[in-house]
Amino acid sequence: MQSAVNRIALKSILHKEVHRFTRIWVQTLVPPAITISLYFVIFGSLIGSRIGDMGGIDYMSFIVPGLIMMSVITNSYSNVASSFFSAKWQRNVEEMLVAPVPNWVIVAGYVGGGMIRGMLVGLIVTVVSLLFVDLQIHNIWVIIATVCLTSAVFALGGLINAIFANSFDDISIIPTFILTPLTYLGGVFYSISLLPEFWQGVSQANPIVYMVNAFRYGFLGISDVSLTTAFLVLLTFIIVLYTIAMTLISKGIGLRS
Amino acid sequence: MQYALEISHLEKVYKGGFHALKGIDLKVEQGDFFALLGPNGAGKSTAIGIITSLVNKTKGQVKVFGHDIDKELEQAKTYLGLVPQEFNFNQFESLLTILINQAGYYGVNRKIALERAEKQLKQLELWDKRNDSARMLSGGMKRRLMIARALMHNPQVLILDEPTAGVDIELRRAMWDFLRELNQQGITIILTTHYLEEAEMLCRNIAIIDNGRIVENTNMKSLLATLDVETIILDVKADGPNAQLKEFVVREIDSHTLEVDIRKDQTLNQVFGQLTEQGIEVLSMRNKSNRLEELFVRLVNKGSRADANAETVGAT
Repeated sequence: MQSAVNRIALKSILHKEVHRFTRIWVQTLVPPAITISLYFVIFGSLIGSRIGDMGGIDYMSFIVPGLIMMSVITNSYSNVASSFFSAKWQRNVEEMLVAPVPNWVIVAGYVGGGMIRGMLVGLIVTVVSLLFVDLQIHNIWVIIATVCLTSAVFALGGLINAIFANSFDDISIIPTFILTPLTYLGGVFYSISLLPEFWQGVSQANPIVYMVNAFRYGFLGISDVSLTTAFLVLLTFIIVLYTIAMTLISKGIGLRS
Repeated sequence: MQYALEISHLEKVYKGGFHALKGIDLKVEQGDFFALLGPNGAGKSTAIGIITSLVNKTKGQVKVFGHDIDKELEQAKTYLGLVPQEFNFNQFESLLTILINQAGYYGVNRKIALERAEKQLKQLELWDKRNDSARMLSGGMKRRLMIARALMHNPQVLILDEPTAGVDIELRRAMWDFLRELNQQGITIILTTHYLEEAEMLCRNIAIIDNGRIVENTNMKSLLATLDVETIILDVKADGPNAQLKEFVVREIDSHTLEVDIRKDQTLNQVFGQLTEQGIEVLSMRNKSNRLEELFVRLVNKGSRADANAETVGAT
Protein backbone atom coordinates (compact mmCIF):
# COMPACT_ATOMS: atom_id res chain seq x y z
CA MET A 1 0.00 0.00 0.00
CA GLN A 2 2.70 2.47 1.09
CA SER A 3 4.85 1.42 -1.88
CA ALA A 4 1.99 2.31 -4.26
CA VAL A 5 1.64 5.71 -2.57
CA ASN A 6 5.39 6.29 -2.84
CA ARG A 7 5.38 5.24 -6.50
CA ILE A 8 2.66 7.77 -7.35
CA ALA A 9 4.42 10.48 -5.31
CA LEU A 10 7.71 9.78 -7.10
CA LYS A 11 5.96 9.86 -10.47
CA SER A 12 4.36 13.20 -9.54
CA ILE A 13 7.70 14.80 -8.63
CA LEU A 14 9.33 13.44 -11.79
CA HIS A 15 6.41 14.65 -13.91
CA LYS A 16 6.60 18.08 -12.30
CA GLU A 17 10.35 18.29 -12.89
CA VAL A 18 10.21 17.20 -16.53
CA HIS A 19 7.25 19.50 -17.15
CA ARG A 20 9.23 22.40 -15.66
CA PHE A 21 12.27 22.13 -17.93
CA THR A 22 10.31 21.22 -21.05
CA ARG A 23 7.94 24.18 -20.52
CA ILE A 24 10.95 26.53 -20.65
CA TRP A 25 12.79 24.52 -23.34
CA VAL A 26 14.19 27.66 -24.95
CA GLN A 27 16.12 28.32 -21.74
CA THR A 28 16.96 24.73 -20.88
CA LEU A 29 17.39 22.65 -24.03
CA VAL A 30 18.40 25.07 -26.81
CA PRO A 31 21.39 26.88 -25.21
CA PRO A 32 23.48 23.70 -24.68
CA ALA A 33 23.00 22.78 -28.36
CA ILE A 34 24.18 26.26 -29.45
CA THR A 35 27.12 26.32 -27.01
CA ILE A 36 28.31 22.89 -28.03
CA SER A 37 28.00 23.76 -31.72
CA LEU A 38 30.30 26.71 -31.08
CA TYR A 39 32.79 24.44 -29.30
CA PHE A 40 32.74 22.10 -32.30
CA VAL A 41 33.26 24.95 -34.74
CA ILE A 42 36.01 26.70 -32.78
CA PHE A 43 37.87 23.88 -31.03
CA GLY A 44 37.06 21.19 -33.53
CA SER A 45 37.12 22.70 -37.00
CA LEU A 46 39.18 25.89 -36.64
CA ILE A 47 41.77 25.09 -33.95
CA GLY A 48 41.43 21.31 -34.01
CA SER A 49 42.62 21.02 -37.60
CA ARG A 50 45.96 22.60 -36.54
CA ILE A 51 46.30 20.37 -33.45
CA GLY A 52 46.25 17.09 -35.31
CA ASP A 53 45.72 13.78 -33.50
CA MET A 54 45.22 13.23 -29.77
CA GLY A 55 46.12 9.72 -28.61
CA GLY A 56 45.91 8.50 -32.19
CA ILE A 57 42.41 9.94 -32.67
CA ASP A 58 41.63 13.06 -34.68
CA TYR A 59 41.05 16.01 -32.35
CA MET A 60 37.41 16.60 -33.27
CA SER A 61 36.47 12.97 -32.46
CA PHE A 62 38.57 13.13 -29.28
CA ILE A 63 36.71 16.09 -27.76
CA VAL A 64 33.16 14.91 -28.63
CA PRO A 65 32.69 12.60 -25.59
CA GLY A 66 34.07 15.26 -23.25
CA LEU A 67 31.79 17.93 -24.67
CA ILE A 68 28.75 15.68 -24.34
CA MET A 69 29.74 14.87 -20.76
CA MET A 70 30.25 18.57 -20.01
CA SER A 71 26.64 19.25 -21.05
CA VAL A 72 25.35 16.33 -18.99
CA ILE A 73 27.24 17.55 -15.89
CA THR A 74 26.16 21.20 -16.19
CA ASN A 75 22.52 20.45 -16.93
CA SER A 76 22.03 17.75 -14.29
CA TYR A 77 23.49 20.06 -11.70
CA SER A 78 21.75 23.29 -12.67
CA ASN A 79 18.36 21.65 -13.15
CA VAL A 80 18.14 20.40 -9.58
CA ALA A 81 19.88 23.43 -8.07
CA SER A 82 17.52 25.92 -9.69
CA SER A 83 14.36 23.84 -9.43
CA PHE A 84 14.78 22.92 -5.77
CA PHE A 85 15.91 26.41 -4.80
CA SER A 86 12.92 27.94 -6.64
CA ALA A 87 10.64 25.56 -4.74
CA LYS A 88 12.24 26.73 -1.51
CA TRP A 89 12.07 30.37 -2.51
CA GLN A 90 8.42 30.23 -3.60
CA ARG A 91 7.79 27.94 -0.61
CA ASN A 92 6.02 25.36 -2.77
CA VAL A 93 8.49 22.81 -1.39
CA GLU A 94 6.05 22.86 1.57
CA GLU A 95 3.55 21.04 -0.65
CA MET A 96 5.83 18.00 -0.39
CA LEU A 97 6.91 18.55 3.20
CA VAL A 98 3.33 18.49 4.55
CA ALA A 99 2.47 15.41 2.48
CA PRO A 100 3.38 11.84 3.49
CA VAL A 101 6.25 11.76 1.00
CA PRO A 102 9.30 9.96 2.42
CA ASN A 103 12.54 11.91 2.17
CA TRP A 104 14.09 9.36 -0.17
CA VAL A 105 11.22 9.94 -2.62
CA ILE A 106 11.87 13.70 -2.60
CA VAL A 107 15.59 13.08 -3.24
CA ALA A 108 14.88 10.46 -5.92
CA GLY A 109 12.29 12.69 -7.64
CA TYR A 110 14.53 15.75 -7.91
CA VAL A 111 17.66 13.74 -8.76
CA GLY A 112 15.67 11.76 -11.34
CA GLY A 113 14.44 15.03 -12.89
CA GLY A 114 18.02 16.33 -13.08
CA MET A 115 19.24 13.08 -14.62
CA ILE A 116 16.50 13.16 -17.27
CA ARG A 117 17.41 16.71 -18.25
CA GLY A 118 21.15 15.92 -18.24
CA MET A 119 20.66 12.86 -20.43
CA LEU A 120 18.22 14.60 -22.76
CA VAL A 121 20.67 17.46 -23.29
CA GLY A 122 23.43 14.86 -23.75
CA LEU A 123 21.35 13.25 -26.47
CA ILE A 124 20.71 16.61 -28.18
CA VAL A 125 24.42 17.43 -28.09
CA THR A 126 25.24 13.97 -29.48
CA VAL A 127 22.86 14.56 -32.38
CA VAL A 128 24.45 18.00 -33.00
CA SER A 129 27.92 16.40 -32.96
CA LEU A 130 26.85 14.10 -35.80
CA LEU A 131 26.85 17.20 -38.01
CA PHE A 132 30.60 17.53 -37.40
CA VAL A 133 31.98 14.01 -36.90
CA ASP A 134 31.18 10.37 -37.59
CA LEU A 135 30.67 9.03 -34.10
CA GLN A 136 31.91 5.54 -33.41
CA ILE A 137 30.67 3.49 -30.49
CA HIS A 138 33.10 1.17 -28.77
CA ASN A 139 30.89 -0.04 -25.87
CA ILE A 140 27.30 1.24 -25.54
CA TRP A 141 26.89 -0.14 -21.99
CA VAL A 142 29.85 1.83 -20.72
CA ILE A 143 28.37 4.94 -22.34
CA ILE A 144 24.95 4.36 -20.73
CA ALA A 145 26.35 3.45 -17.29
CA THR A 146 28.73 6.44 -17.24
CA VAL A 147 26.13 8.97 -18.31
CA CYS A 148 23.58 7.64 -15.77
CA LEU A 149 26.01 7.62 -12.85
CA THR A 150 27.57 10.99 -13.73
CA SER A 151 24.22 12.71 -14.06
CA ALA A 152 23.19 11.20 -10.70
CA VAL A 153 26.36 12.53 -9.02
CA PHE A 154 25.81 16.06 -10.27
CA ALA A 155 22.06 16.07 -9.69
CA LEU A 156 22.79 15.13 -6.06
CA GLY A 157 25.40 17.90 -5.92
CA GLY A 158 22.85 20.40 -7.26
CA LEU A 159 20.32 19.30 -4.65
CA ILE A 160 22.79 19.79 -1.78
CA ASN A 161 23.74 23.19 -3.18
CA ALA A 162 20.04 24.20 -3.32
CA ILE A 163 19.40 23.00 0.24
CA PHE A 164 22.15 25.27 1.58
CA ALA A 165 21.40 28.19 -0.77
CA ASN A 166 19.74 31.30 0.62
CA SER A 167 19.72 33.33 -2.58
CA PHE A 168 19.90 32.81 -6.34
CA ASP A 169 23.56 33.91 -6.17
CA ASP A 170 24.31 30.94 -3.93
CA ILE A 171 23.28 28.47 -6.65
CA SER A 172 25.64 30.01 -9.19
CA ILE A 173 28.74 30.13 -6.97
CA ILE A 174 29.53 26.39 -7.09
CA PRO A 175 29.04 26.03 -10.89
CA THR A 176 31.13 29.14 -11.56
CA PHE A 177 33.99 28.64 -9.15
CA ILE A 178 34.19 24.87 -8.80
CA LEU A 179 32.28 22.99 -11.49
CA THR A 180 33.48 24.92 -14.55
CA PRO A 181 37.20 24.87 -13.62
CA LEU A 182 37.03 21.16 -12.74
CA THR A 183 35.30 20.42 -16.05
CA TYR A 184 37.81 22.37 -18.14
CA LEU A 185 40.67 20.70 -16.25
CA GLY A 186 38.95 17.31 -16.47
CA GLY A 187 40.47 16.17 -19.73
CA VAL A 188 37.65 17.32 -22.01
CA PHE A 189 40.03 19.05 -24.44
CA TYR A 190 43.23 17.12 -23.83
CA SER A 191 44.60 13.79 -22.69
CA ILE A 192 46.03 14.07 -19.19
CA SER A 193 48.96 11.97 -20.40
CA LEU A 194 50.17 15.16 -22.11
CA LEU A 195 50.61 16.86 -18.73
CA PRO A 196 53.85 16.84 -16.68
CA GLU A 197 53.88 14.03 -14.11
CA PHE A 198 53.05 16.35 -11.19
CA TRP A 199 49.94 17.74 -12.90
CA GLN A 200 48.89 14.23 -13.93
CA GLY A 201 48.86 13.38 -10.21
CA VAL A 202 46.88 16.49 -9.41
CA SER A 203 44.41 15.69 -12.20
CA GLN A 204 43.71 12.33 -10.62
CA ALA A 205 42.13 14.16 -7.70
CA ASN A 206 39.60 15.64 -10.12
CA PRO A 207 36.56 13.33 -10.26
CA ILE A 208 35.53 14.71 -13.66
CA VAL A 209 38.68 13.17 -15.18
CA TYR A 210 37.26 9.72 -14.38
CA MET A 211 33.82 10.50 -15.78
CA VAL A 212 35.11 12.01 -19.02
CA ASN A 213 37.58 9.19 -19.56
CA ALA A 214 35.10 6.41 -18.86
CA PHE A 215 32.68 8.07 -21.27
CA ARG A 216 35.42 8.51 -23.89
CA TYR A 217 36.27 4.83 -23.51
CA GLY A 218 32.65 3.98 -24.39
CA PHE A 219 32.99 5.86 -27.69
CA LEU A 220 36.64 5.52 -28.67
CA GLY A 221 37.99 2.64 -26.59
CA ILE A 222 40.73 4.83 -25.09
CA SER A 223 41.04 6.16 -21.54
CA ASP A 224 43.67 7.80 -19.33
CA VAL A 225 42.32 5.99 -16.26
CA SER A 226 41.17 2.47 -15.44
CA LEU A 227 37.48 1.84 -16.03
CA THR A 228 37.12 0.05 -12.67
CA THR A 229 38.58 3.03 -10.82
CA ALA A 230 36.27 5.37 -12.73
CA PHE A 231 33.15 3.43 -11.75
CA LEU A 232 34.33 3.08 -8.15
CA VAL A 233 34.84 6.86 -7.98
CA LEU A 234 31.34 7.43 -9.40
CA LEU A 235 29.67 5.00 -7.01
CA THR A 236 31.54 6.41 -4.02
CA PHE A 237 30.42 9.92 -4.90
CA ILE A 238 26.81 8.79 -5.29
CA ILE A 239 26.78 7.04 -1.89
CA VAL A 240 28.43 9.96 -0.08
CA LEU A 241 26.30 12.68 -1.71
CA TYR A 242 23.06 10.71 -1.28
CA THR A 243 23.83 10.21 2.43
CA ILE A 244 24.52 13.93 2.82
CA ALA A 245 21.34 14.91 0.95
CA MET A 246 19.19 12.52 3.02
CA THR A 247 20.68 13.75 6.29
CA LEU A 248 20.10 17.38 5.37
CA ILE A 249 16.47 16.80 4.34
CA SER A 250 15.73 14.61 7.38
CA LYS A 251 17.07 17.30 9.70
CA GLY A 252 15.16 19.93 7.74
CA ILE A 253 18.29 22.01 7.10
CA GLY A 254 17.26 25.03 5.03
CA LEU A 255 13.70 23.68 4.90
CA ARG A 256 12.24 23.63 8.40
CA SER A 257 12.80 26.24 11.09
CA MET B 1 -12.86 9.71 22.79
CA GLN B 2 -10.85 9.89 19.59
CA TYR B 3 -9.35 13.37 19.32
CA ALA B 4 -8.52 14.81 15.94
CA LEU B 5 -5.60 16.61 17.52
CA GLU B 6 -3.86 16.26 20.88
CA ILE B 7 -1.02 18.53 21.84
CA SER B 8 0.82 18.22 25.13
CA HIS B 9 3.61 20.31 26.65
CA LEU B 10 4.55 21.65 23.23
CA GLU B 11 7.53 23.96 23.24
CA LYS B 12 9.46 25.72 20.54
CA VAL B 13 12.63 27.71 20.95
CA TYR B 14 13.96 29.17 17.68
CA LYS B 15 17.67 29.31 16.90
CA GLY B 16 18.05 32.91 18.05
CA GLY B 17 16.61 31.92 21.44
CA PHE B 18 13.06 33.20 20.86
CA HIS B 19 10.71 31.07 22.97
CA ALA B 20 7.69 30.93 20.64
CA LEU B 21 5.73 28.22 22.47
CA LYS B 22 6.08 27.74 26.22
CA GLY B 23 4.42 24.38 26.79
CA ILE B 24 0.95 24.42 25.28
CA ASP B 25 -1.68 21.73 25.80
CA LEU B 26 -4.64 21.45 23.47
CA LYS B 27 -7.25 18.93 22.44
CA VAL B 28 -9.49 19.23 19.41
CA GLU B 29 -12.40 16.85 19.15
CA GLN B 30 -13.20 15.03 15.93
CA GLY B 31 -15.73 17.04 13.88
CA ASP B 32 -15.05 20.25 15.80
CA PHE B 33 -14.88 23.75 14.32
CA PHE B 34 -12.05 25.12 16.42
CA ALA B 35 -10.64 28.63 16.62
CA LEU B 36 -7.04 29.28 17.58
CA LEU B 37 -6.77 32.98 18.24
CA GLY B 38 -4.00 35.24 19.38
CA PRO B 39 -2.25 38.50 18.59
CA ASN B 40 0.55 38.68 16.01
CA GLY B 41 3.59 36.72 17.16
CA ALA B 42 1.64 34.82 19.83
CA GLY B 43 2.70 31.42 18.48
CA LYS B 44 -0.30 30.36 16.36
CA SER B 45 1.63 29.84 13.12
CA THR B 46 4.46 28.09 14.99
CA ALA B 47 1.94 25.66 16.51
CA ILE B 48 0.41 25.02 13.07
CA GLY B 49 3.89 24.64 11.58
CA ILE B 50 4.77 21.96 14.14
CA ILE B 51 1.48 20.08 13.64
CA THR B 52 2.05 20.01 9.87
CA SER B 53 5.78 19.25 10.25
CA LEU B 54 6.98 22.49 8.67
CA VAL B 55 8.60 23.53 11.95
CA ASN B 56 10.72 21.27 14.18
CA LYS B 57 9.46 21.21 17.76
CA THR B 58 11.79 21.57 20.74
CA LYS B 59 9.73 19.52 23.23
CA GLY B 60 6.33 17.97 23.67
CA GLN B 61 4.01 15.65 21.84
CA VAL B 62 1.58 16.05 18.93
CA LYS B 63 -0.91 13.36 17.95
CA VAL B 64 -3.18 13.46 14.92
CA PHE B 65 -6.02 10.96 15.20
CA GLY B 66 -3.88 9.08 17.74
CA HIS B 67 -0.78 9.01 15.51
CA ASP B 68 2.25 10.54 17.19
CA ILE B 69 4.16 12.74 14.73
CA ASP B 70 7.45 11.49 16.22
CA LYS B 71 6.64 7.84 15.56
CA GLU B 72 4.05 7.76 12.76
CA LEU B 73 4.62 11.01 10.91
CA GLU B 74 3.51 9.75 7.51
CA GLN B 75 0.20 8.33 8.84
CA ALA B 76 -0.43 11.55 10.79
CA LYS B 77 0.17 13.63 7.65
CA THR B 78 -2.48 11.76 5.65
CA TYR B 79 -5.20 13.18 7.96
CA LEU B 80 -4.12 16.80 7.61
CA GLY B 81 -4.89 19.42 4.99
CA LEU B 82 -3.17 22.79 5.34
CA VAL B 83 -4.15 26.21 4.02
CA PRO B 84 -1.18 28.36 5.03
CA GLN B 85 -1.19 32.08 5.63
CA GLU B 86 1.07 32.93 2.70
CA PHE B 87 0.70 31.79 -0.90
CA ASN B 88 3.03 28.83 -1.29
CA PHE B 89 2.25 27.32 -4.67
CA ASN B 90 4.32 27.50 -7.83
CA GLN B 91 3.14 30.76 -9.38
CA PHE B 92 4.09 29.58 -12.87
CA GLU B 93 2.06 26.38 -12.89
CA SER B 94 -1.56 26.08 -13.96
CA LEU B 95 -4.25 25.49 -11.34
CA LEU B 96 -4.89 21.96 -12.59
CA THR B 97 -1.20 21.06 -12.47
CA ILE B 98 -0.87 22.38 -8.92
CA LEU B 99 -3.86 20.34 -7.73
CA ILE B 100 -2.92 17.13 -9.55
CA ASN B 101 0.67 17.26 -8.30
CA GLN B 102 -0.50 17.84 -4.74
CA ALA B 103 -2.86 14.86 -4.93
CA GLY B 104 0.03 12.79 -6.31
CA TYR B 105 2.15 13.53 -3.22
CA TYR B 106 -0.60 11.82 -1.20
CA GLY B 107 -0.66 8.81 -3.53
CA VAL B 108 -3.83 9.81 -5.42
CA ASN B 109 -3.54 8.66 -9.02
CA ARG B 110 -3.90 11.08 -11.91
CA LYS B 111 -7.38 9.95 -13.01
CA ILE B 112 -8.92 10.36 -9.56
CA ALA B 113 -6.95 13.56 -9.02
CA LEU B 114 -8.44 15.03 -12.21
CA GLU B 115 -11.98 14.23 -11.03
CA ARG B 116 -11.33 15.74 -7.61
CA ALA B 117 -9.66 18.81 -9.09
CA GLU B 118 -12.71 19.41 -11.29
CA LYS B 119 -15.04 19.06 -8.29
CA GLN B 120 -13.02 21.39 -6.06
CA LEU B 121 -12.41 24.01 -8.74
CA LYS B 122 -16.10 24.07 -9.65
CA GLN B 123 -17.16 24.34 -6.00
CA LEU B 124 -14.74 27.18 -5.43
CA GLU B 125 -15.66 28.87 -8.74
CA LEU B 126 -12.22 28.53 -10.28
CA TRP B 127 -12.98 25.99 -13.02
CA ASP B 128 -12.81 28.62 -15.78
CA LYS B 129 -9.27 29.45 -14.68
CA ARG B 130 -8.06 25.83 -14.53
CA ASN B 131 -5.47 26.22 -17.30
CA ASP B 132 -4.32 29.70 -16.27
CA SER B 133 -1.02 30.27 -14.56
CA ALA B 134 -1.56 30.73 -10.80
CA ARG B 135 0.17 34.11 -10.82
CA MET B 136 -2.68 35.51 -12.96
CA LEU B 137 -5.23 34.96 -10.18
CA SER B 138 -6.53 37.66 -7.85
CA GLY B 139 -5.75 37.45 -4.11
CA GLY B 140 -9.16 35.94 -3.31
CA MET B 141 -8.78 33.35 -6.07
CA LYS B 142 -5.35 32.39 -4.77
CA ARG B 143 -6.82 31.82 -1.30
CA ARG B 144 -9.51 29.59 -2.82
CA LEU B 145 -6.89 27.71 -4.81
CA MET B 146 -5.05 26.92 -1.58
CA ILE B 147 -8.28 25.59 -0.05
CA ALA B 148 -8.89 23.42 -3.12
CA ARG B 149 -5.32 22.13 -2.94
CA ALA B 150 -5.66 21.25 0.76
CA LEU B 151 -8.78 19.20 0.00
CA MET B 152 -7.33 17.11 -2.83
CA HIS B 153 -6.53 14.11 -0.60
CA ASN B 154 -9.82 14.25 1.35
CA PRO B 155 -8.26 15.21 4.70
CA GLN B 156 -10.02 14.57 8.01
CA VAL B 157 -8.62 17.75 9.54
CA LEU B 158 -8.41 21.03 7.67
CA ILE B 159 -6.13 23.66 9.19
CA LEU B 160 -6.61 27.19 7.90
CA ASP B 161 -4.17 29.90 8.90
CA GLU B 162 -5.84 33.27 8.30
CA PRO B 163 -7.82 32.01 5.28
CA THR B 164 -9.82 35.19 4.75
CA ALA B 165 -7.02 37.73 5.17
CA GLY B 166 -7.35 40.38 2.48
CA VAL B 167 -10.54 38.86 1.09
CA ASP B 168 -13.54 41.11 0.44
CA ILE B 169 -16.63 40.67 2.60
CA GLU B 170 -18.76 39.00 -0.09
CA LEU B 171 -16.12 36.38 -0.79
CA ARG B 172 -15.42 35.97 2.92
CA ARG B 173 -19.06 35.10 3.55
CA ALA B 174 -19.02 32.62 0.65
CA MET B 175 -15.92 31.02 2.17
CA TRP B 176 -17.64 30.80 5.57
CA ASP B 177 -20.54 28.93 3.96
CA PHE B 178 -18.10 26.59 2.22
CA LEU B 179 -16.23 25.87 5.46
CA ARG B 180 -19.50 25.27 7.35
CA GLU B 181 -20.50 22.79 4.65
CA LEU B 182 -17.17 20.95 4.98
CA ASN B 183 -17.58 20.81 8.75
CA GLN B 184 -21.11 19.41 8.35
CA GLN B 185 -19.60 16.67 6.17
CA GLY B 186 -17.52 15.65 9.21
CA ILE B 187 -14.22 17.43 8.52
CA THR B 188 -12.60 18.84 11.65
CA ILE B 189 -11.67 22.46 11.04
CA ILE B 190 -9.02 24.40 12.92
CA LEU B 191 -8.98 28.07 12.09
CA THR B 192 -6.76 30.98 13.00
CA THR B 193 -8.09 34.39 12.15
CA HIS B 194 -7.79 38.06 12.98
CA TYR B 195 -11.48 38.55 12.26
CA LEU B 196 -13.00 37.71 15.63
CA GLU B 197 -16.48 37.99 14.17
CA GLU B 198 -15.46 35.11 11.90
CA ALA B 199 -14.41 32.94 14.85
CA GLU B 200 -17.57 33.82 16.78
CA MET B 201 -19.81 32.94 13.85
CA LEU B 202 -18.11 29.72 12.80
CA CYS B 203 -16.41 28.05 15.73
CA ARG B 204 -17.76 25.93 18.56
CA ASN B 205 -14.57 25.77 20.61
CA ILE B 206 -11.78 28.22 21.04
CA ALA B 207 -8.25 28.56 22.38
CA ILE B 208 -6.58 31.91 22.84
CA ILE B 209 -2.83 31.87 22.68
CA ASP B 210 -0.70 34.74 23.85
CA ASN B 211 3.03 35.01 24.23
CA GLY B 212 3.45 31.26 23.65
CA ARG B 213 0.88 30.18 26.25
CA ILE B 214 -2.77 29.17 26.08
CA VAL B 215 -4.61 31.79 28.11
CA GLU B 216 -8.12 30.42 27.46
CA ASN B 217 -9.44 27.12 26.10
CA THR B 218 -13.17 26.59 26.26
CA ASN B 219 -16.31 26.50 24.13
CA MET B 220 -17.48 29.66 22.48
CA LYS B 221 -20.78 29.89 24.40
CA SER B 222 -19.10 29.56 27.81
CA LEU B 223 -16.52 32.14 26.84
CA LEU B 224 -19.08 34.65 25.65
CA ALA B 225 -21.10 34.04 28.83
CA THR B 226 -18.17 35.35 30.87
CA LEU B 227 -18.64 38.78 29.35
CA ASP B 228 -20.24 40.69 32.25
CA VAL B 229 -20.90 44.01 30.53
CA GLU B 230 -21.94 44.64 26.95
CA THR B 231 -22.15 48.06 25.38
CA ILE B 232 -24.90 48.74 22.86
CA ILE B 233 -25.40 51.75 20.65
CA LEU B 234 -28.94 53.03 20.10
CA ASP B 235 -29.92 55.34 17.25
CA VAL B 236 -32.91 57.34 18.48
CA LYS B 237 -35.46 59.53 16.74
CA ALA B 238 -35.78 62.55 19.02
CA ASP B 239 -33.38 65.49 19.01
CA GLY B 240 -31.61 66.02 22.34
CA PRO B 241 -33.33 63.12 24.10
CA ASN B 242 -31.58 63.71 27.44
CA ALA B 243 -32.37 60.11 28.35
CA GLN B 244 -32.23 59.08 32.00
CA LEU B 245 -31.95 55.32 32.56
CA LYS B 246 -32.09 54.14 36.16
CA GLU B 247 -29.34 51.61 37.08
CA PHE B 248 -27.75 51.88 33.61
CA VAL B 249 -24.66 53.78 32.55
CA VAL B 250 -25.69 55.96 29.59
CA ARG B 251 -23.54 58.19 27.42
CA GLU B 252 -25.05 60.57 24.90
CA ILE B 253 -22.74 60.44 21.89
CA ASP B 254 -24.74 63.02 19.90
CA SER B 255 -28.32 64.21 19.69
CA HIS B 256 -29.39 60.99 17.95
CA THR B 257 -27.07 58.39 19.51
CA LEU B 258 -26.91 56.80 22.95
CA GLU B 259 -24.37 54.34 24.29
CA VAL B 260 -25.64 52.07 27.08
CA ASP B 261 -23.68 49.59 29.24
CA ILE B 262 -25.77 46.52 30.11
CA ARG B 263 -24.64 44.14 32.87
CA LYS B 264 -25.36 40.40 32.71
CA ASP B 265 -28.15 40.75 35.30
CA GLN B 266 -29.89 43.46 33.30
CA THR B 267 -32.13 43.11 30.23
CA LEU B 268 -32.74 45.04 27.05
CA ASN B 269 -36.45 45.15 27.95
CA GLN B 270 -35.59 47.35 30.94
CA VAL B 271 -33.77 49.78 28.64
CA PHE B 272 -36.58 49.90 26.09
CA GLY B 273 -39.22 50.17 28.84
CA GLN B 274 -37.58 53.23 30.37
CA LEU B 275 -36.96 54.87 26.98
CA THR B 276 -40.60 54.32 25.97
CA GLU B 277 -41.76 55.93 29.23
CA GLN B 278 -39.66 58.99 28.31
CA GLY B 279 -41.13 59.05 24.79
CA ILE B 280 -37.86 58.21 23.12
CA GLU B 281 -38.23 56.01 20.05
CA VAL B 282 -35.35 53.66 19.10
CA LEU B 283 -34.64 53.40 15.34
CA SER B 284 -31.86 50.84 15.45
CA MET B 285 -29.49 49.08 17.79
CA ARG B 286 -26.04 47.50 17.46
CA ASN B 287 -23.19 46.22 19.61
CA LYS B 288 -20.40 48.73 20.12
CA SER B 289 -17.81 46.04 19.43
CA ASN B 290 -17.80 42.35 18.72
CA ARG B 291 -18.34 40.43 21.98
CA LEU B 292 -15.48 38.08 21.36
CA GLU B 293 -13.24 41.03 20.56
CA GLU B 294 -13.86 42.52 24.02
CA LEU B 295 -13.02 39.22 25.70
CA PHE B 296 -9.99 38.69 23.48
CA VAL B 297 -8.50 42.07 24.36
CA ARG B 298 -9.19 41.46 28.04
CA LEU B 299 -7.62 37.98 28.07
CA VAL B 300 -4.59 38.99 26.07
CA ASN B 301 -3.98 42.05 28.29
CA LYS B 302 -4.33 39.84 31.38
CA GLY B 303 -1.83 37.36 29.92
CA SER B 304 0.66 40.14 29.13
CA ARG B 305 0.36 41.55 32.66
CA ALA B 306 0.94 38.10 34.17
CA ASP B 307 4.05 37.67 32.04
CA ALA B 308 5.34 41.11 33.00
CA ASN B 309 4.80 40.28 36.71
CA ALA B 310 6.55 36.93 36.33
CA GLU B 311 9.52 38.67 34.70
CA THR B 312 9.63 41.24 37.51
CA VAL B 313 9.57 38.51 40.17
CA GLY B 314 12.22 36.57 38.27
CA ALA B 315 14.42 39.64 38.08
CA THR B 316 14.49 40.27 41.84
